[in-house]
Amino acid sequence: MNPPVFVAGLGVVSAIGLDAAACLHSFETEEAGMADIKILHTRQRGKLPVAEVKLSNEALAELTGLSSGMPRTALLSALAAREALADAGIFNFKDLRAGFISANTVGGMDKTEDFFESFMMNAAAGKLRDVVYHECGSITEIVADHLGINHFISTVSTACSSSANAVFTGARMIRHGLLDLALVGGADALTRFTLNGFNTLMILDKSFCKPFDEHRQGLNLGEGAGYLVLVSEEIMNRLNKSAYCRIAGYSNANDAYHQTASSPGGTGSFLAMKNALENSGLVPGDIDYINLHGTGTNNNDIAEGTAIKLLFDPVYPKMSSTKSFTGHTLGASGGMEAVFSALAIRHGIIYPNLRFETPMKELPFTPVTKFLNHQRVKHVISNSFGFGGNCTSLVFSAS
Amino acid sequence: MQVYIRSSGNISPQHSLEKDLFFAHREMQDGNRWHAVEPEYSRYVDSKMIRRMSRIVRMGVAASKACLDEAEVRMPSGIVTGTAYGCLEDTGIFLRRMIDNQEELLTPTAFIQSTHNTVGAQIALLLKCHGYNNTIVHRGFSFENALMDAMLLLREGMDNVLAGAIDEITEDSHAILSRFGLYIPAIDNPEITAKTHKGSVAGEGASFFLLSSQEIHGARAILRGISTIYKPESLAGVESRIHAFLKESSVLSDGIGLVLSGANGDGDHDEIDNYLSATAFRNKTIVPFKQLCGEYPTASGFALWLAVLLISEQKTPDWLPNVSFPLRNILIHNHYDNNHHALYLISAC
Repeated sequence: MNPPVFVAGLGVVSAIGLDAAACLHSFETEEAGMADIKILHTRQRGKLPVAEVKLSNEALAELTGLSSGMPRTALLSALAAREALADAGIFNFKDLRAGFISANTVGGMDKTEDFFESFMMNAAAGKLRDVVYHECGSITEIVADHLGINHFISTVSTACSSSANAVFTGARMIRHGLLDLALVGGADALTRFTLNGFNTLMILDKSFCKPFDEHRQGLNLGEGAGYLVLVSEEIMNRLNKSAYCRIAGYSNANDAYHQTASSPGGTGSFLAMKNALENSGLVPGDIDYINLHGTGTNNNDIAEGTAIKLLFDPVYPKMSSTKSFTGHTLGASGGMEAVFSALAIRHGIIYPNLRFETPMKELPFTPVTKFLNHQRVKHVISNSFGFGGNCTSLVFSAS
Repeated sequence: MQVYIRSSGNISPQHSLEKDLFFAHREMQDGNRWHAVEPEYSRYVDSKMIRRMSRIVRMGVAASKACLDEAEVRMPSGIVTGTAYGCLEDTGIFLRRMIDNQEELLTPTAFIQSTHNTVGAQIALLLKCHGYNNTIVHRGFSFENALMDAMLLLREGMDNVLAGAIDEITEDSHAILSRFGLYIPAIDNPEITAKTHKGSVAGEGASFFLLSSQEIHGARAILRGISTIYKPESLAGVESRIHAFLKESSVLSDGIGLVLSGANGDGDHDEIDNYLSATAFRNKTIVPFKQLCGEYPTASGFALWLAVLLISEQKTPDWLPNVSFPLRNILIHNHYDNNHHALYLISAC
């Protein structure tokens, strides 16, 4: 029997809110976070909608106490990480073996872009302070040092499944008795690099995305951060509060089909969900809600949908893609959606999948389209699938 | 927990992919950028595939293939890859084009290959391996945390986990890191630790290992444990962690036949190494491995490869004297800029 791992606190920042309460309010009022680009300096302004966190770096710096010269991903990360720790009632790490396991996909790329503009003209030009945080691990260290966590720190980067892998890494380390507490999740800010990269793949919807719709046209990129405070049973009992839920299980599998595309049969997605259920000791019928990866691309949604059909047919749980609110936040998405999954269990709610109109002809099920209260939500699967075939599913259960 | 190292595959500035060549000849490169000695890749990967791969992917795929071939294992149960910098070459290509073309008329290939999980993903794709696949990108802990992930998988019942690390130098990264003063401006002797400098030498490479929880016939070494220290408060703090690590591993300091040290020739960097050679490692045989592979955040992968070679062959190249046999236990102490310290204890099977 695996020792239980509890979710003791959570924090999230996204285009639909600067904290968990604000995000919940946006879900309830069905207000999506996508809009024209206002913060990112890019020539794609006015051409592509994105889901930006509506604060400048200066404003984020003021909220977090970090310098505004830090990469935006570190600012977002610090904001959500601090909320998660405060929510858990953790104010220091004395006598705790604490770990910070965070994910991101491009480190301090926003600053590297600025550096390269000068560096390309003259190899002796460009401010070194703009390139010193280029590595993904630097972002984690800025925030770990800010929070005072040094016992164990790590950074995961597996494209769009990055922070789901960070979440289960922390859970496993607690299960193995290596940590008492793990702050887990991820962050990613929008950068010109990622926006233009996804644009070359021709998978960005020029309108607001429509996950799991027959007429879906692609994804909208977003930015944000999401973290959970995971603790052992012993620490949970000490905290004098009730847990949001437990992490019941997880699985990571590889599609091994193509560097960017998912296999039509959703092999990796199927294995991730099936093995996560087994790891949790649950059967498909136990699941009340699936927080879909649901990017809105033609390829992802058919692969994920086919895998769900294979695993759940004929009885489907409720499901939705919260990316219809937050956009696809890449390395942050698994952490943010883990937060939303924990909140769904705590409050008995199901989030709507916005802008869904026409069922996909290949699939016998449809996502939830209205915000639902007073639901029985005991077990949730959260899916995160990425480039490189990296597929991860997390299972959260009421504690 | 201890695990068995069944096999290894390594590409570095030495001839580390071929044991005989490595024993016969020490590669001495000029300048402060030591290039990995790259093999004839068609021996490891289908030629058509090679053309589509970037250099870092080629190195990673070839080192992992050599590792699996040595153990005669076709399919690992899981793959864990560490990289501090990721795929710098493709990142640079896409970044430069994006700036040059003012965000117009870009093609996706470089972007697709720029993600940090590209090497791990390509290994899985070539093997059709649907098992566990993860990529750790934490600076000087990228390899250590990847190994730790692999060791947890073994503890959870998995067998034959492929774990490794890879980093490349590019024109851009070398130019930028040189401006941070990381490299010796004018180098007259590749024995970089023979005297004190300002800076070190840039290295690169790929190191893969096949790990198993069970002792399998032909296993090459035992990895008794690993430990990391982030931003230690003092020199003495590192020393006491080394004693604690050896105690946990139930190996007496007297039982350590060789220390592979991460000293890199830079005066500030090597302050801790000099301290340890006078304290925890006093009277020990110390070999600074970075004079063979150069400095990079996942250089400890090369050190582990070297430790496995020395302990499984029970011999040392003529050009690397002072190592005495029989050799039962090797301690690796690496650090990257005194911020990321790592300890490894390797024993003979």
